[in-house]
Amino acid sequence: MSTYPVESIRNFSIIAHVDHGKSTLADRLLEITGTISKTDRNKQVLDKLQVERERGITVKAQSASLFYNHEGINYLLNLIDTPGHVDFSYEVSRSLSACQGVILVVDANEGIQAQTVANFYLAFEAQLSIIPVINKIDLKNADPERVEKQIEKLFDIPRDDCIRISAKQGTNVEKVLQKVIEKIPPPQCNSADPLKALVFDSTFDHYRGVIANIALFGGEIAKGQKIVSAHTKKRYEVNEVGILTPNEQPTHKLYAGQVGYLIAGMKEVTEAQIGDTLFLYKQPVEPLPGFKSAKPMVFAGMYPIDQTEYNNLKSALERLTLNDSSVTVHRDSSLALGAGWRLGFLGLLHMEVFNQRLEQEYNMSVILTAPTVPYKAVLSSAKLIKEYGKDEITIINPAQFPDKLSVSEYLEPTVLGTIVTPHEYIGKIITLCQDRRAVQKDMLYIDENRVMLKYLFPLNEIVVDFYDALKSLSSGYASFDYEDAGYQSADLIKMDILVNGNPVEELATVIHKDKAYAAGKLLCERLKETIPRQLFEIAIQAAIGKKIIARETLKAYRKNVVAKCYGGDITRRMKLLKRQAEGKRLMRKIGNVEVPRDAFIRVLKRETDK
Amino acid sequence: MAAVRRWPRKLAVLAAALPGAGSQGRAAAPGPAVLPAPGPTEEPAPEPVPGTAAPATAALYVHWPYCRKRCSYCNFNTYVVRALDEAAVRACLVREAQTLLRLSQVHSVTSVFFGGGTPSLAGPGTVAAVLEAVAGAAHLAAAAEVTLEANPSSASISRLAGFRAAGVNRLSIGVQSLDDSELRMLGREHTAAEARQAVEAARGLFPGRTSMDLLFGLPGQSRDAWAQRLEAALGLCDDHISLYQLTLERGTALAAQVRGGALPEPPQDLLADMYETARNVLVATGFRHYEVSNFARKGALSTHNLSYWRADEYIGVGPGAHGRFVLRGEGGCSREARVQTLEPVTWMREVQSHGHGTRSRVVLNPLEQLEELLTLGLRTDEGITHECWGHFSPQFSLQDVFGEPGEARALQQSGWLVLDSGGLRCTWAGLAVLDSLLPDLLWQLQRALGAARCPPRDKEGQDARAVSGHDGQ
Repeated sequence: MSTYPVESIRNFSIIAHVDHGKSTLADRLLEITGTISKTDRNKQVLDKLQVERERGITVKAQSASLFYNHEGINYLLNLIDTPGHVDFSYEVSRSLSACQGVILVVDANEGIQAQTVANFYLAFEAQLSIIPVINKIDLKNADPERVEKQIEKLFDIPRDDCIRISAKQGTNVEKVLQKVIEKIPPPQCNSADPLKALVFDSTFDHYRGVIANIALFGGEIAKGQKIVSAHTKKRYEVNEVGILTPNEQPTHKLYAGQVGYLIAGMKEVTEAQIGDTLFLYKQPVEPLPGFKSAKPMVFAGMYPIDQTEYNNLKSALERLTLNDSSVTVHRDSSLALGAGWRLGFLGLLHMEVFNQRLEQEYNMSVILTAPTVPYKAVLSSAKLIKEYGKDEITIINPAQFPDKLSVSEYLEPTVLGTIVTPHEYIGKIITLCQDRRAVQKDMLYIDENRVMLKYLFPLNEIVVDFYDALKSLSSGYASFDYEDAGYQSADLIKMDILVNGNPVEELATVIHKDKAYAAGKLLCERLKETIPRQLFEIAIQAAIGKKIIARETLKAYRKNVVAKCYGGDITRRMKLLKRQAEGKRLMRKIGNVEVPRDAFIRVLKRETDK
Repeated sequence: MAAVRRWPRKLAVLAAALPGAGSQGRAAAPGPAVLPAPGPTEEPAPEPVPGTAAPATAALYVHWPYCRKRCSYCNFNTYVVRALDEAAVRACLVREAQTLLRLSQVHSVTSVFFGGGTPSLAGPGTVAAVLEAVAGAAHLAAAAEVTLEANPSSASISRLAGFRAAGVNRLSIGVQSLDDSELRMLGREHTAAEARQAVEAARGLFPGRTSMDLLFGLPGQSRDAWAQRLEAALGLCDDHISLYQLTLERGTALAAQVRGGALPEPPQDLLADMYETARNVLVATGFRHYEVSNFARKGALSTHNLSYWRADEYIGVGPGAHGRFVLRGEGGCSREARVQTLEPVTWMREVQSHGHGTRSRVVLNPLEQLEELLTLGLRTDEGITHECWGHFSPQFSLQDVFGEPGEARALQQSGWLVLDSGGLRCTWAGLAVLDSLLPDLLWQLQRALGAARCPPRDKEGQDARAVSGHDGQ
């Protein structure tokens, strides 16, 4: 690796909206440079997970070193793949911090989409060189000219700089490589400096432990060296270094400016946190800026469908989180759903992907409750402040919601959402956003008939069904992306659900005051549909404190007896009755009301009708 | 908890003492006890095995599976065939009745019921042949109730007279409604006027022993319309009425129309009102509400149906017929749930080749027998008497199982149930919501008898094994 001096190294990423062709372009680059052989089977080579190939997204970024001769010089081009979604924007930003430039891929038919915008700004703010590429020009409806205009208007990039390609057919892909060499500067660093390595990704291997992907900002690294994590302060001995092609290929050393992997006896992925800096033992360096611990933004309860599956699910969770340190896991239990966990995710897609991986890779099906967000309360009660040891607490479980009297302010997480849509849907989208308590921040025509809207959303307003609503009212044409925008003051309350006057613990929710009536009514209606009629009348109420805000009445059964048992055939009937009798075991009694587990599942469960 | 733990140990005694916990030790075996169905080579032992002390009695049901037309609400095992070889069917019904009576070693048949289908489409000669076979294989008292279900469209005076001559002494007429538009919706072949004629003809031939079936809760039927039908029925009826709430069975034309929105679904409260109106009116006119859907005056209760509700033994003959009896002829002493092969052509082939077309045999364990008794017995006004309970559970009285604090006690306190010197039964209000009481009572019974001894059957496994006996034939 010493034959590649810093000047002949280029570190770059490809960024794109979902399905605009990022992975296909990567496949072609790998083929052209001879990194992989050219066959028809090279489809999304870097997307290894089933879920990635199915959804057309990258969850777990893969990287590859490409060797390319240009005008007589051998170049080492490090393609640093990035996760393809805003839920992973922190990972994206860390990946980008290992780069000096990006290829921004835009679909010639769809044009700029919400995620294109978000990705562009991430790269722009990191002061990276940007190579705009318009992909899929072979498509019948391709309109590269229009897309060039959008890029010029929105990103202020001259339209002549855009490269029109078809990654699928390989058209102009070589040109992209040449631009990478010409436009992207080599990394600014020196092998003579002390070691400074950025961890931009990590994976777990059952035999070798943690494999950390690293970019060297200074110095060199080789087997046998003793290194230290700036974040954990733990010390390790390097067992192996190498490059990714895209499979791990051990090398003698890695030098400043180069990108590769490292294995150093780390047992858990939490020891190689993304954004961490590694340095040589006794030669500490200033850690690279921008490190954050993964911060879950969306929480959901996870329960086995059958409690006998608890241990299997537990081990599946353990194995899956080995590879995904951004998921937080806390044991939880519910009177209705049994023992389970409260999981924290980076975002909605992250949650879905995690659930899908559990199903596909571990054959587990689970009850996942509707997602909630972490609220905060600024305490005013001296007693509570003493109890918590701080004056601001995070509320994940509604049971911990402190009373208004001991709180000076409640806070809710917000996100800045970007929506790109054909203009005919603007009216409906604005109404949708207003319904979700969002505040408009920007509105811009990116061409004659496409609009970009920016809204500040309370996070909880988009975690359940916002994306589906947006897609359905725009016939699938609007795209959406969001980024963390901190906390804002909010009028939060705790809403209880009462069944015949008795509160149902697992149905309590923290909610904005303006939404309580509608949400309370909906919950009561859904419960009414799912609780079976009983021998007495049942009142289902939503309450804020002592005030009832919604009520549904489930009337008593007045007649419930089968008319006839034909010709002595009671076998089928006995089966049904016995199943009901066995069901008594699984009933949750609230006061004297029997609520079947199914009713809770149907009310609490996340809707997945996508 | 202590009480619950105590039960299983006691049950060992109970199980041993129960009729049916025999030398084969089946009661102690966990899981389903499924006997192999008889194979082609098996014929019942020619000589009866002497066994049980008390002479065995049973009711006998005969299924005639054919109809001229399928009614829109019916999902029962019926067939519309163009040309029927009645002589062949007759021979099979006779042969199967003889075989099953021999297998059961029943000494006396207490009642016979010809159901369907439309048994009034069968020739009186067929009915006569079956009754002769019964009388030949067991004692059939002259006074024994012999009921035939008749459709108004096949109930002319001459035909009914033929059935009477064949030995039928009670008729159950499928009137269903006394309104022509309702009859059309139900897909019936007859008009209201024909129904009236049929009932009058039947009353003339079977005075005091004619029953009529009526349906209520038809899609779109109003409270007033039902009150009118009921009044008309009271003006026409004899001493027995069966009032059935229309059940929208899956797979029927009527259910599809309701699901598709072509017909309105009757609201729950309206159905409750209709039922309440009917039972009040009938009781006020001197009828005894002796079962959920059955009313009789002047003591004209159907003894055949009472046999089901009292969990007496009954033998089912004909395609798809169900039975509950002990196979004494094979040396058995446990009550079995038996189902005959559904499809008539297959059933006939089986009867012809080995005497009967039993498709499945499942031995009922003591808990299952008590569960059936509870489910059926509580449908009657007398409920489950101590005597009847004691027959199935000599060790543990009703008081032992349901008298302790628990579900039954709570249901008594709420006024749905009574447990006293007469036995366990529903109150007037409780009868209307029996299906909401039963899961609680069954759950209490299961706990009391110790679920560990009689684990719940594996649903699929049971069916698969039960059917396997006839595979490959």
